Amino acid sequence: MRRAFITGAQAIVQGALDAGCDFFAGYPITPASPILAGMVRALPGRGGVAIQAEDEIASIGMCIGAAMAGRRAMTATSGPGISLYSENVGLAIMAEVPLVIVDVQRLGPATGGATTVAQGDLQFVRWGTSGGYPIVAFSPSDAAECYHLTMKAFAWAERLRAPVFLLADKEVVMTADTVDPDRLVPYPVEGRRLADPGKPYRPYAVEAPEDVPAFAPIGGPIVTRVNTSTHDEAGYLTKQPAKVDRLNRHLSAKIEAAAREIEDVVLDLLPGATTLIVSYGVSARSARDAVLELRRAGRAVSLAVLRSVWPLPARALSRALEGVRRVVVAELNLGQLRLEVERLAAGGREVSGVHRVDGELITPEEIARAVA
Amino acid sequence: MATRIGSDEQMQAPAATMLDPSRLPYPFCPGCGHGHILDALDRALVRLGRPAHEVAIVTDIGCVGLSDQYFVTHAFHGLHGRAVTYATGIKLARPELTVVVLIGDGGCGIGGHHLISAARRNVGVTVLVFDNFNFGMTGGQHSVLTPSGSITATTPAGNLEAPMDVAATAAVNGASFVARTTAFDPGLDALIYEALSTDGFALLDIWELCTAYFVPNNRFSRKAMEAMLASSGMASGVLVHRQRPELARTLASASQGAPASRVAPAAGGRAGGIEPRFQSRLERRRSLTLAGAAGEKVRSAATVLARAAVLSGLYATQRDDYPVTVMTGHSISELVVSPEPIGYTGVPAPDILVVTAPEGAGVTASLPSRMGPGTRIYVEHSLAGRIGATRASVEPFYADRLGKRAAALAVLAAVAEREGLVSAEALRASVDMESRETVAQEMRQALEERQTVWEPAAPSRKVT
Repeated sequence: MRRAFITGAQAIVQGALDAGCDFFAGYPITPASPILAGMVRALPGRGGVAIQAEDEIASIGMCIGAAMAGRRAMTATSGPGISLYSENVGLAIMAEVPLVIVDVQRLGPATGGATTVAQGDLQFVRWGTSGGYPIVAFSPSDAAECYHLTMKAFAWAERLRAPVFLLADKEVVMTADTVDPDRLVPYPVEGRRLADPGKPYRPYAVEAPEDVPAFAPIGGPIVTRVNTSTHDEAGYLTKQPAKVDRLNRHLSAKIEAAAREIEDVVLDLLPGATTLIVSYGVSARSARDAVLELRRAGRAVSLAVLRSVWPLPARALSRALEGVRRVVVAELNLGQLRLEVERLAAGGREVSGVHRVDGELITPEEIARAVA
Repeated sequence: MATRIGSDEQMQAPAATMLDPSRLPYPFCPGCGHGHILDALDRALVRLGRPAHEVAIVTDIGCVGLSDQYFVTHAFHGLHGRAVTYATGIKLARPELTVVVLIGDGGCGIGGHHLISAARRNVGVTVLVFDNFNFGMTGGQHSVLTPSGSITATTPAGNLEAPMDVAATAAVNGASFVARTTAFDPGLDALIYEALSTDGFALLDIWELCTAYFVPNNRFSRKAMEAMLASSGMASGVLVHRQRPELARTLASASQGAPASRVAPAAGGRAGGIEPRFQSRLERRRSLTLAGAAGEKVRSAATVLARAAVLSGLYATQRDDYPVTVMTGHSISELVVSPEPIGYTGVPAPDILVVTAPEGAGVTASLPSRMGPGTRIYVEHSLAGRIGATRASVEPFYADRLGKRAAALAVLAAVAEREGLVSAEALRASVDMESRETVAQEMRQALEERQTVWEPAAPSRKVT
């Protein structure tokens, strides 16, 4: 049984390649640079294009242009770069651009700690563009999940024609990890639904609000219009309230309708356990260790690890919360997921958090102490 | 030369126009130059003779951003200042397309960096600058192309700033074709056609009238604009027209290189990865911190040990820490090896600390006091005095006779063997996986000399 000894960055590159990614643009930033370096080595030999852009705004801009010309595009950066991506994330939502955005989180705000781990961007990627629309984000806790969830991010970006985040972190991306091959699970990636060449084409036409419009690439035989401004179904500017309303509700509805299918939570529930630990990303590794320790010590605890973080997997979390009286949320910020869990757990449950923002990982002992 | 429709260069069914008659007329103010330029673009596109689906028009924000909807080509209406980035992505994705960018003088400011880089790269897109010296859509504010002294909504006493020469900027940064003219130039069609025909980055700075703001605010006119063009010191006509490799096709041909190998085993394990083939007697998780200095190949040494662990059926993780100035200061690697999959990868207090250099000793100075009974510190003998109070046992090693590039690996191998982490065979097999043969040779030499680290060097050979 061959094992891999790879970093999360290598796994993300492999996941992107296996997902059919054939366009990458990025700008150097620690700790996301290894992904840029990996893609510029990997893509040309496979007929793809990878380029270092002049800045982050150009990186995501080039990806958006390429995606609408039919490529499967990915970009990678860290928090400061996501700040610069922000307006174009809004464009990708509005113009319905399939795109994978890797955020390798580091300690912030601003330049913060370039080589320091954090999970401070959870709410940022959720609310990081103007207008307020749902976003899809997956969060890997190890190299194997980097591979699987990168493919899954592509699958949903293509299917929903929307930007999808891979919310990784410095530790998961830069630490070399041993991966059993049975954990390198591919995720099927189907291309976006294409326009029927036999019918008149309206680039943003949908029958039901939750439908995703059929795609015709820029440069293909069907002439198309991409529009970041409020547009009608033909892609022309509009201010007609009925059309504006329909567009804005559609952008939300297509994500919300898919939420149940996107939901990806690893539940390790012990019957009768009244304590639940909730975590994601690198902190989930410590949470798993803590659960092992606690159970060895005879404590009945359950664990929920979120692999999809947005839309919030409320259904799975609510199931995990059944019969639970205490919830401990472990994350490398001051309570961004805890805020969400508190809302779900309302009604007599005590919710506490294990949080660090000193650039160090949460230890399994800290989580075990919080439970005890 | 004002070539009209019906050029003899048309290869396909000739289109009389690329405009969509059902959407005309244009929405621009009376006297605005935008319509003139769009008509000229239409005639140039017709003369170019490509079908509509082989042309993409990318627009910026502002009044010019309304333009794409009058054409029957592919259209992309994007964010303010970023049109060139989308156009670049489209061109790199489909190098065969004709890609046209329509931006105003405002877009030249907010997106100026993208223009410079597009010229540098010589990516094959054509940029038409609809240059009416102010922001029209937002109320007549000054832009980076507003002439000095001009009255605008935000320069009521006259513009104190000097304008950017966008044409000269594109030219000096490597564009294949750059020209400057006015919207009234009867040769505008021909210039646009030249730009569209250029195999590389092309930019036209087209001066025109904003009759809503710039004309009334400055008593400006066609005549005044033409006089300004003559007296501004900015070149007009064709500034450059030259051959340079175009980026999209250059990248596409580079794509024909050798296929890259997999970095991870494929599902089913058909390629890549490490096949465990050695035994390990390790029964529990052990952590090791290797604390050295830049130039000691600390990270490579740690990887040799980690890979040897994986070759021995163990799980391993490796985290590295070093300053951003990589060729100086400390270099630290933290390893965890375990018979079980590894969760938490942190090593706040290692089971084994190996100190090879003063830089490493400094950065890890707090570790010895945190290490408990049963843990061990291996320290280069001359640094033993730097290890503070600890419950760990402290053992010196002697790496004087080894070169700086060999010491870390030799010591790590010796420690790994003594601690029962992995066997010498596994370490050798791990070194054999090193792809750079000269590096592998150095590593083999270091492994062979590992047992010498437990003996003090002969005084005559000691480095002082």
